[in-house]
Amino acid sequence: MANPDVLAGSEGPLYAARKGVYPKKVDGTFRRLKWVIMAVTLAIYYGTPWIRWDRGPYAPDQAVLVDLANRRFYMFQIEIWPHEFYYVAGLLIMAGIGLFLVTSAVGRAWCGYACPQTVWTDLFQHVDRLVDGDRNAQIRLANGPWTAEKIARRAAKYAIYLAIAFWTGGAWIMYFADAPTLTRDFWAGDAAFIAYGTVAALTATTFVLGGFMREQVCIYMCPWPRIQTAMMDEKSLLVTYKDWRGEPRGSLKKALAHPGSVGDCVDCNQCVAVCPTGIDIREGPQIGCITCALCIDACDTVMAQVGRPRGLIDYCALDDVAVEKAGGTAPPVLKTLLRPRLMVYLGIWSAIGAAMLFSLGERTRLDLAVQHERSPLFVQLSDGMIRNNYTLKLRNMETRPRKVAITVSGLPGAQLWTENGSREKASQRVLMTISPDSVTRVRLFVAAPSEGPARQDFTIATIGRDGDPRGDEDTIQFDRPEAQ
Amino acid sequence: MSDKSRLDEPTGTHTVGHEWDGIEELNTPLPRWWLWTFYACIAWAAVYVVLYPAWPMVNSATQGVLGWSSRGDLEKEMAGHTARRAPIVGAIASIPIAALPSKPELLEAAIQGGSAAFKVHCVQCHGAGGAGVVGLYPSLTDDDWLWGGDLANIETTLIHGIRNPDHDQTRLNVMPAFGRDGILDSAAINDLVSHVRVISRQEKPSAASARGAALFENNCVACHGTNGEGIRELGAPKLTDAVWLYGGSRDAIAKTIHNPRNGVMPRWNDKLDAVTIRMLAAYVHSLGGGEDAPAPVAPAAAEAAAVPDKVPANG
Ligand code: SF4
Ligand code: SF4
Repeated sequence: MANPDVLAGSEGPLYAARKGVYPKKVDGTFRRLKWVIMAVTLAIYYGTPWIRWDRGPYAPDQAVLVDLANRRFYMFQIEIWPHEFYYVAGLLIMAGIGLFLVTSAVGRAWCGYACPQTVWTDLFQHVDRLVDGDRNAQIRLANGPWTAEKIARRAAKYAIYLAIAFWTGGAWIMYFADAPTLTRDFWAGDAAFIAYGTVAALTATTFVLGGFMREQVCIYMCPWPRIQTAMMDEKSLLVTYKDWRGEPRGSLKKALAHPGSVGDCVDCNQCVAVCPTGIDIREGPQIGCITCALCIDACDTVMAQVGRPRGLIDYCALDDVAVEKAGGTAPPVLKTLLRPRLMVYLGIWSAIGAAMLFSLGERTRLDLAVQHERSPLFVQLSDGMIRNNYTLKLRNMETRPRKVAITVSGLPGAQLWTENGSREKASQRVLMTISPDSVTRVRLFVAAPSEGPARQDFTIATIGRDGDPRGDEDTIQFDRPEAQ
Repeated sequence: MSDKSRLDEPTGTHTVGHEWDGIEELNTPLPRWWLWTFYACIAWAAVYVVLYPAWPMVNSATQGVLGWSSRGDLEKEMAGHTARRAPIVGAIASIPIAALPSKPELLEAAIQGGSAAFKVHCVQCHGAGGAGVVGLYPSLTDDDWLWGGDLANIETTLIHGIRNPDHDQTRLNVMPAFGRDGILDSAAINDLVSHVRVISRQEKPSAASARGAALFENNCVACHGTNGEGIRELGAPKLTDAVWLYGGSRDAIAKTIHNPRNGVMPRWNDKLDAVTIRMLAAYVHSLGGGEDAPAPVAPAAAEAAAVPDKVPANG
């Protein structure tokens, strides 16, 4: 195998090894926010499948369940059928617009706080600190020889990584089957192959991406940083090093010796030491910055120690940079957040949400879809009447059998029957029982007198006959031969 | 690389020497894991080439040591499907066809299977939905049946076919060529047409139709019945309804009397297995015109009403 260094020309190497990142422990407002978000997101991820939800005897009692085999999606009180997939599409659109909203307000806040890659990387970095100690100890250990202690520490660390990774992969499959049953089957060796395969794959990816790739994912593999720049504008709040206040940097000693000759930055490198992606924010906005604001916490701590105002590194919009450079004061954050662009995003986002909620409340659990058979379009019956055939899809989305009536309106003299009946028993409406929680396909034969327009719209409706009369209707065409 | 490359001071990185409108491209090294990923892909490909069919040769491709092929996959899947279908197919074959409606699951399976078989064997004549072609092939969706439209009758028709020259159980009805063979002259045929159109309520009675009525009594009632109501046992069509296989206009009826068409259908028992035929019958029955099976009759009566195997050529 070729040695990458051979490929290195005089202009520098073609391939570079990853530089270790050993973020230092930090405390502060944003770190605490990150703790909270991490705890909440992980709790949601690991815990949700275990919430029970009583849906009666014939439906699963798991609150959130993606039932692929039966093609149902359960989310607490809401049950989504395949034909209602637009709700999922709606959620995805809301997520997309939500990302627009957040990104144009506070930059890559998703990346910095809620992205799974960030959350798990953060978790693994806490493991690093737990096993190896803080930044300096980690660096010392990494550069040190392979002593028994190093081997022991590495083994312990990777074991914890692996445990977390396995737990992560294991939690994922719980969303696709009854969690307690699946757990039992999993350990008894009775679970489906796909379950073991998924856990293995997710364990491996979590172990590698969270344990080793970390910021490489954010910088080289993730498409978001490339796209997100397009969602930001001059008013988006970004983590910014205020060079007009900090430069020229100088040590505390120098500042005391020559007051006024140096800026506020004491060049302590704390902002670099805490950065989870290992960048120096003082070089300006860059692709590696995930807006996690840990450098703000670090620098604020330093500023407090040296008795200078906080906010040398702070959330700041490009527009404010210009204002502050010119000596003015930036407008309050609230004003930045209440600008029209965000209001428009928020408006669209909530409109979609409201529309979905409304339609969820309005949707019927007895759904009808009618398809007109085209071949033949109509049939001449021996007594002179014309028959059209329709395929009805009756969805009974309740977990009880439903008694329903199928009726038509707007087609005088119509007679109905289905493949289970016959012309002799045809009448104005068809009564039937449809099985619970399923789609029933029915061929409906509709005969009507031959006198009438060649194309006539009429309505086929389902009506519940057992308590809830709400059903559904569909307007469809009746065809006759053109009059000679 | 161009010799214009230089070290970029602020970033400490070399440029590659390209420049567009004053913007220079930095030669940022790729992460090394990228290289390893690339090597891993090559290794994967090498393994794949050994295991699976890969290199195209003149007539086929290298086989791969696993012996895998997409055809093999398909065969396995087909065998699985056949095995899964076996119980239901067996059940459909083992009960009398008239009992299918009382077993909704079997009926549904039979209709589905028949629908598939119909698309292969029947659409050429009867059309995609069984609508037929007026003047050529009967519609299977309407409620007019020459030989009966219940499940058992449809199955019999499918098994033995219509007017199969080499088969003695075939459905056979033959209408004489009244015009071509000189039995009736064209004036008489005209009168007959008037009468037939009167009894099918397409025309008002006239002098011609009155003359036609007498002709009908002498020539047609033997097959079509006293009032033109048809005789199923003979496969003779009802003439009083609105459904006309060869058309109900004056011209079309005159043509039929002059030179009847006597269409044919293959017998399917020499091409399809019994279960497929049964499924086809169930499907055709479900198209909307299927009739209920007649009430069971006592054996003696059934014998008396037995369908004749063969009808005399000018019956
Ligand atoms: S520069 Fe600051 S905000 Fe950006 S990733 Fe590093 S610590 Fe987080
Ligand atoms: S933490 Fe603040 S003071 Fe220290 S180097 Fe960074 S910007 Fe300068």
